[in-house]
Formats: sequence, C-alpha cells, structure tokens
Amino acid sequence: MNMEKINLARKLIKEYHYDLKAIDKGYTGRTLYVNVGSHDIKEKSVTQLIKDKFIGGKGFGLYYLWQAVTESTRWNDPENEIVISSGPVGGITQYPGSGKSLVVTLSPLTDMPMDSNAGGYFGPYLKFSGFDALELQGKADKDVIIFINGVKGTISIEEVPNEDIDTHIFGEQLTELYADNEEDKRNIAVISTGTAARHTNIGLLNFTFYDVRRKGTRLKQAGRGGIGTVFRDKHIKAVVIKVAGVKGNENHPVDKLTLNKIGIKMHKEIHDLDNSQNRMRQIGTANIIEVMDQYDLLPTHNYKFGAHKDTYKISSRVFTAKVTQNSPDGCWFGCSLACAKAADHFELKTGPYKGEKVSIDGPEYENAAGLGSNLGIFDPDAILELNFYCDTYGLDTISFATMTAFVMECYENGILNKERTGGLELTFGNIEAAFELIHQMSRGEGFGKIVGMGIRKMKEYFVKEYGADPKFLSDIGMEQKGLEFSEYLPKESLAQQGGYGLTNKGPQHDEAWLIFMDMVNNQIPTFEDKAEALHYYPMFRTWFGLVGFCKLPWNDIAPANNKFTDEPAKIPEHVQNYVDVYNAVTGMSIDKHELIRQSERVYNFQRLFNIRMGYGKRIHDKIPYRAMGPVTMEEYESRQERYDRQLVEHLGYDPANKTTEEKMKVLREYRLDQYEKLTDAVYKRRGWTMDGVPTAEKLQELGMDLPELLEVVKKHV
Amino acid sequence: MIKLNNRDYECQDGITVEELMKLNNFTYARIIVYLNGEVVLPENYASTTIHHGDDVKAIHLMAGG
Repeated sequence: MNMEKINLARKLIKEYHYDLKAIDKGYTGRTLYVNVGSHDIKEKSVTQLIKDKFIGGKGFGLYYLWQAVTESTRWNDPENEIVISSGPVGGITQYPGSGKSLVVTLSPLTDMPMDSNAGGYFGPYLKFSGFDALELQGKADKDVIIFINGVKGTISIEEVPNEDIDTHIFGEQLTELYADNEEDKRNIAVISTGTAARHTNIGLLNFTFYDVRRKGTRLKQAGRGGIGTVFRDKHIKAVVIKVAGVKGNENHPVDKLTLNKIGIKMHKEIHDLDNSQNRMRQIGTANIIEVMDQYDLLPTHNYKFGAHKDTYKISSRVFTAKVTQNSPDGCWFGCSLACAKAADHFELKTGPYKGEKVSIDGPEYENAAGLGSNLGIFDPDAILELNFYCDTYGLDTISFATMTAFVMECYENGILNKERTGGLELTFGNIEAAFELIHQMSRGEGFGKIVGMGIRKMKEYFVKEYGADPKFLSDIGMEQKGLEFSEYLPKESLAQQGGYGLTNKGPQHDEAWLIFMDMVNNQIPTFEDKAEALHYYPMFRTWFGLVGFCKLPWNDIAPANNKFTDEPAKIPEHVQNYVDVYNAVTGMSIDKHELIRQSERVYNFQRLFNIRMGYGKRIHDKIPYRAMGPVTMEEYESRQERYDRQLVEHLGYDPANKTTEEKMKVLREYRLDQYEKLTDAVYKRRGWTMDGVPTAEKLQELGMDLPELLEVVKKHV
Repeated sequence: MIKLNNRDYECQDGITVEELMKLNNFTYARIIVYLNGEVVLPENYASTTIHHGDDVKAIHLMAGG
C-alpha cells in the first residue's frame, strides 16, 4: 500500500488539545493516556510518590500497567496496556547513551509484565512533547495511527486502512507524511511493527528515526517479549510524534555546567580509548563474536557447543568490512559511542524485496550469534539479510533465532520431518529453510505460524501432535518463563545460569552478565559471592531502564586508570558519572548506594507483579538443562576432558571405566544441585523467602511497603 | 606451580606474562593483569616474568550486552 492511498483513506476519529509546557528537572509532571477502543484521551498528573518510588522509564511502565490490569488480565485483553517512558535523564544530549525508551506490557509469551528498551528518538520526543509516559490501552475496531503533535499541542487518533506494511517502508512513509519538509524529518519519531507481528507471538516494536547523514530512516527495536504482537492486536498501526527540535537543555536540568563537564570528559575517553578497547564505533556490540568463540561461549547449534571452526567467517572483522565506517552512528543526539552501525546498499537475495538495495541496521552481537552460529549458519550476508527481515517484518531476532535453533534440533532428532514442516528441511546450516521460515511468518502461513508461537507453546504442541518426549524437549528448549534465551552459552558459569534464570522477565542478559567474572576470572567462587553479584549487577543495570540511559557506555569503554581501582568490573568512575548526571538533571542528591535502592524498589515491585499474575516464584526460576550442562552424549564427549576433570575435582568421582551415560547422570545431578544452592543464596541476599517471594520486611526496609504489594505478599508467604 | 585466577596452574618458572596470556588464549582486548596484587601494564607483559608461588590474576573486564 502506498502513502497516497493511506493519506486519502485517513479519517480523523478524535482530536485532543493540550497545553504545551516546559520540562522541569527531567520531568514534565504528567503522562498521556490513550484508549484506542473508546477513543478516550486524557492527561494524568505524576505525583511525588510515583517519582520517588518508580523514578521513570520501566518503573513508570510497571506502575501504570499494575493499575490497568487485574490478576486475570491476559495479553490480548483490551485492559492490557503498552506503556512507553524514557526517564528523568532521557533526552539529555551531553552524556552518551541518553535516549532510551522503555516499553512495558503483558507479554503473549510469558503472560507477565515484559520490559524491553530501544534507542531512537521516541522516548525523549514524548517527553519534549509534554509527557513522562504514554499509556496505550483498549483495542480498536479498525487500524489506527496516533499522532502526538508536540509543536501544536494536539493528539489525534486517525483511522487508516487495515493492511500490514513492513517497517522499512512504513517508517519512511510516515516520516515523509508528518514532516513539513526535509529539514523537519529529524523531528519525527515513529513506533510501528511489521507484517509478522500479527501472526506470531514474538512481534517487536520498531523505533524509527531519521538519519540526516543517510537521508533515510533507521530502526532500533524494543525486541523482547512480543510487544509488537500486543501493538497489532490493539489494531495500532503506528504512533507518530513530532517536536519542534532538540536543544541541549530541554530537560531544564538544575546543573547544566556539571552535565557539560562530565559529558566532555566521557567523550574524550571514548575518543581516546575506544579503538584500543571494544571498537564500538567501528562495529558496535558485534566486536565480541570471535571473543565468545575463543572462550567457548558462542552458542552454536542450539547451544550445544560454544565454539565452531567456521566462526572466522562471521567474525567482527568480516562485519566491520560490511558496515559503513567513519560515520558517527549514534541512535540519539550526543552519543559519541555511536554503535548503531549499518550495512548500506545491501542487495537482498530473497523474499518480497529481493533485488532491492537497503540499509540494514546491525548486526549487533545477539543477531550475529543467534541468526548465525546458533543456527549453524556462517554466511555473513545471510545473517545480515535475516537481520533485515526480522526487523522489517517486526520479529524479535533473539526469539526468532532461538526458536529456529530449537526446531532445527527437533528436525535433526526426527521429532520433525518434511511432512510436518510443510517441506522445510530444517537442518542446522540450511539458510534457504531459515529464510522460508521467516517469510512464512510474514505471510502467516505454514510451519512458520507454528514456530511463531514460541518455544514454550511449541513444546506442548510437539508432545501432543507428534508424541515427542517432553523431557527431551524440556532439556533442549531454550526458554524460561516463556521467553527465549538470548545468545550466550551459560553452561560453564553457574553465576550466568543465575543471571538468566533468576530474573524478572526471563532469560535476557540485560540483568546480569557474569560469565567472565565467574568462569574465567574466578572472582566470585562461593555461592555468597555469586549471590552478591546477582544482587548488585541486576540492580545496577535495572537503573539504566529507570532513568533513560543506555547500558553500553557504562562498561563497553573504561577509563585508562580503571585498572587501578578497587573494583574495576564495576567501572567506579562511570558509576559516579551516572550519580552526578542524575543529580545534575533532577536536583536530587543520591549516592551510589541510593542508586541501587532505587532499582531495588522497582525490581521487587516487578517480582511481586509477576507473582500477582501467577508466576515469579521458585518453580518459574528453573532453567532448561541445556543451559546448565550437556544434554546429549555428543555434547559431553566433545568436552570430555573438561567434564571428566570436574567430576574428579568437584565430586571425587572417578570417571575411568564409566560410560558417557553414567558420567552425564552424575554431572547432571551435581549441576542441578548447584543451581538450587545458588537459588537459595540469591533469594537470601535479595531478601526473599526460599520460594522467591519478597518479604514484608524487605519492602519496609526499601520504603516499598505499599498496601497493594503487602496484599500480594500476604497471599503468598 | 602458580595461582592463576585463584586456581592452581602448572607452568615453567620464569615464563613471561605475555607467554602466559598466549598459552591460555587470553585474547580479549580488555584484560587487567595483576602479579602478586600489583597491576602489570600491557607494555610490560613481555618483560615481566612469573615465578613459582606467584599469584597472577588476569581479569577480563567484560560484563556484556
């Protein structure tokens, strides 16, 4: 469908006028509520209590979602909301990585609150338009676009033709439609999804922003947990925001001088050291592909192994040559870490856009590992093209990759065959089959629809329909809480197993990534050490999502003198930067300890939200055995020396003259027991019961003893 | 025998930090090496020798994604 047709068919359903007002110390003091079913549009005040307890970003998202739903609300009920918020620091331009948007909803994959973050301009522009958060509720009869005009102070709901459009086209069309002229395009931000979001449970939200250097739109994604699926279920086609422009003091911080000073210091650090550290400005997070392989951590063949002989074909150096260099590719103004790389003029070889030349955002590490090695695919162009189609179709690359790896292993084990897959030969490394699968998801056809349900539902389906062994599927299906694992091999790091398993939303590494601290550095040898790390890092990293920061400038670059500090892994100077920036914007006077407490309040709130929805207890924190150890003989025997040695060292078990099955059984019992002991230690450190429920005492200590939370605790303790 | 990241490690007496890193395939760009609690700067890896009983830490500074 072209834009002219959309434009002609647009029908204004509702228009709402509001007063534009300046931001004060990072907050506008109000949020925007839009119900696409009833067309109700209203403003809500942000109280001091909301600010104190929930800060912003994901905290605000969880707060408003809690108010909107009941224990029985499911993801596709009209009551479910999508809440988008940046946070008090979001939108500053002085410090790198300050443009994040946090999105919260009830997930079709997990049936619990999901949070996912994205770069791009939307979150800051929402605030510049006058709102600390946007709540989207209800379900429209026909497709709608919501337009927030932060220049005029109007919000409109417009009905548009009921037809899906992929994001790389639609984002560009909407930017064109709502901008006054070429110069104005940078003032437009769009969120939308693609054709596959309606047919799968892994739809993502694309955040489109205009790249003035490329003179075209770029995409960042709130990828995890099926938020795009909820978006389309509500019949929302897009939300568009327009602002008058971006200035360095939009947030009206209390201390701009300090912001400038800290920002300049950080920009210099990046300028001087990035080339000799992680090369974020050259290749972004994909810099670690071959590093992961060298340390046996790169998932290959559905997390069976951590390295592969062909990894060199998809190394960061290969992708560095494919993405445009010497371009300051930030996804928000002022980000000098500039890791939002893109492969430009890429000619597509498959699908509906075959032959077209496009810009592909990425690949980020997760995409390269997930769409590459974990599928047994070592073709960089295939990875880029799968990446492109995931984005434009609106599919979470991580879930798509992990689900596809799962069905490939099922295929190779005879659980699936050509008859069941509709002719797809889903063996590892079959690029053609992977492409057909993704195009089927876009069209809502064939086996792609079954895979699009997600691993949790596929496991049930394969047992019921094909008589598959539920234990084997449970062992190899890399999901927990319904969410697919992200792309690190955690088998040899107990702390990382906890970093995946003892999380709120499911196995996404954004809470804690402890593999090197644990497995390689051996810095956290005891259960208590690991528990301390699984307290500090999840809380510290939660904070980024409360205030509007990106995590990458925290530890993908480090000051030259960091090595001489007491705790180099925490990057103490950067922690102090964050404290100082937050105080400089808000006028507060927190320290690094209060920063952790701010996170703890929201973290415990989210845990209790999960429990309120019927999840979030110890039983839900268990992880598949593939994440903990070798499921198959092939896996054990590929690292036999390592596993045999561990049996001797940890258990005093002599592996001589034992069969692989016997050794695997002993190792499995040991590793399962270790995970349980870790769980005990972490719950204790976090102030939870041994069933994983935050205690009333813990809530009191945090000042989070809100009546609605105490009620949940009372029911479950 | 030395301690490497708090684990017993057999190596030749007098091995350099550079050789130890190579032997262990410690290739990551951001590693802090401590020899008996003191930081060894990268420019001194080739000239710094390790002897039996030494405590070496090679801390990979990565907290990921």
